[in-house]
Amino acid sequence: MQDNLQSSSYKELEQKSKYTNMFLRWFLYFVLILFASYFIFPLYVMVVTSLKTMEEIRQGTLLTWPSSLNFDSWLVAWGGRGYGAGDTFLRPYFWNSIKMVVPAVFFSTFIGAMTGYVLTKWRFKGDQWVFLFLLFGCFIPFQAILLPMARTLGTLGISNSVVGLVLVHTVYGIPFTTLFFRNYYISVPTELVKAARIDGAGFFKIFFKILLPISAPIIVVTVIWQFTQIWNDFLFGSTFSFGEAAPIQVALNNMVLSSTSVKEYNVDMASAIIAGIPTLIVYVLAGKYFIRGLTSGAVKG
Amino acid sequence: MFKWLEKNLPKIVMAPAVGLIGWFVYGFVLWTLYISFTNSKILPKYELWGFGQYEKLWASRKWLISVDNLLVFTALFLIFCIVIGIILAIFLDQKIRAEGVLRTIYLYPMALSFIVTGTAWKWILNPTLGIQKMFIDWGFENFTFDWLVNREMAIYTIVIAGVWQSAGFVMALFLAGLRSVEDEIVKAAKIDGAGLFTVYWKILLPMMRPVFFTSFVILVHISIKSYDLIVALTQGGPGISTTMPALFMTQAAFHKSQVGLSAASAMMMFMAVAAVIIPYLYSELRRENAR
Repeated sequence: MQDNLQSSSYKELEQKSKYTNMFLRWFLYFVLILFASYFIFPLYVMVVTSLKTMEEIRQGTLLTWPSSLNFDSWLVAWGGRGYGAGDTFLRPYFWNSIKMVVPAVFFSTFIGAMTGYVLTKWRFKGDQWVFLFLLFGCFIPFQAILLPMARTLGTLGISNSVVGLVLVHTVYGIPFTTLFFRNYYISVPTELVKAARIDGAGFFKIFFKILLPISAPIIVVTVIWQFTQIWNDFLFGSTFSFGEAAPIQVALNNMVLSSTSVKEYNVDMASAIIAGIPTLIVYVLAGKYFIRGLTSGAVKG
Repeated sequence: MFKWLEKNLPKIVMAPAVGLIGWFVYGFVLWTLYISFTNSKILPKYELWGFGQYEKLWASRKWLISVDNLLVFTALFLIFCIVIGIILAIFLDQKIRAEGVLRTIYLYPMALSFIVTGTAWKWILNPTLGIQKMFIDWGFENFTFDWLVNREMAIYTIVIAGVWQSAGFVMALFLAGLRSVEDEIVKAAKIDGAGLFTVYWKILLPMMRPVFFTSFVILVHISIKSYDLIVALTQGGPGISTTMPALFMTQAAFHKSQVGLSAASAMMMFMAVAAVIIPYLYSELRRENAR
């Protein structure tokens, strides 16, 4: 009886507020779309600008649609104009970045998986402190290690080289990869590991037979995270490399800043898109894992 | 021998990570700390010199401007990111059509580097061909938007680009937080006659305290480390009006041969980050242990 009463008065209320609701819905969508346009605006401007000629850029506005699909700026940004000195283009630096990212992501992910495994499944006295010790590395402002790192790379004879950058990115990726794997493996029941140990399985056998097969999601999260971080890095790239060994973000910045001739905004925008497209593709294809890395790792900026 | 190896294998596997972090993080920070107490110029010197570099640092006009800029930037960056992030999260939480698409749009800047987005913003904000020209061509003939080349206003262009890049991240954190609240709580409140606004303002947002805290820590951390965006957008200019501590540090270290001074500035940044992070880590660990 009481239930009936409540639900009928509830319905009445709903009837009354139907129009307010409709107005609210419209307002909601309006605000959401307004923000969406704010977020999409720079990307749109980048793409259309890269497709225009300089003449069109001077005549139109930021929003004007290009008169024809003209990929010349992209070709110039990627491969240059074909005259020798002073002709800077992104192709060699793009490959530098690939050569830097692939090993650095591999090593840091592998080390993180191993430490995460030990910290959760082979616990020892004080392991909490070891974890905290590693975790702190996520937070240090890298300015505090730039000077000694530059000297160390010099001593090792790998300053201004892709190898040096691989080392730097591997080392400073370990705190994050450890965090990811540790937080993932901690939810895997330890009984599984204990049972395997009683059956006589060793350290590596347990890792490869039991943990690795169920690690696909966290490996994807970690690889995407590390890939994005290292590909987008500028501080290490610009501090520890220059000239031919520079990664793509450094090359992009140099290209945009170089004031040799008339500014070619269409080439600048095409270059920026080329430098951004690998991480953008990963984001669009695997956004779910990207966001999971962002929010579960949620410590880093 | 084999027995020993088997018993200590986990520790041996841990050793490289611990050794690398010990050396490259802790060792390096201590080295920088030591150098900040020396009178190092082009090359590091190892005789102690007391607090001279710190005195020089805090007497330097450029450093004071850097700190000032950092405070202004951090305050605005925090406010706008959190307000926009919360609005978007709450609005997206209303069973919105095409939520996935909108979410993807709000968050994609996080996948791009600050150099890429800085390049784009620099082009958009440039007075001759960018937004200013767009409005003039639309008939607003006296429209001016020259913040990028205006000493007083240039710092705000960095806020615009920074908020654009990071607001979606705050949205993602809050959306995840809101979604983790049990439906029952909201239903119960609605049956008690609470409107949607009250539900969020009085019940859900207060429950998001940990998310506020996390966002705060991450955003402050991002802003203290701001470097790429400034390099791409203004290079610290016009003049030195948009310089910030991270830029100050690298310039002193690698362009001006002021190794000791740059080490002192790096340690100031380190301490600022530590002041935010240590309480955060402490509370996180306590929460985890309480579970």
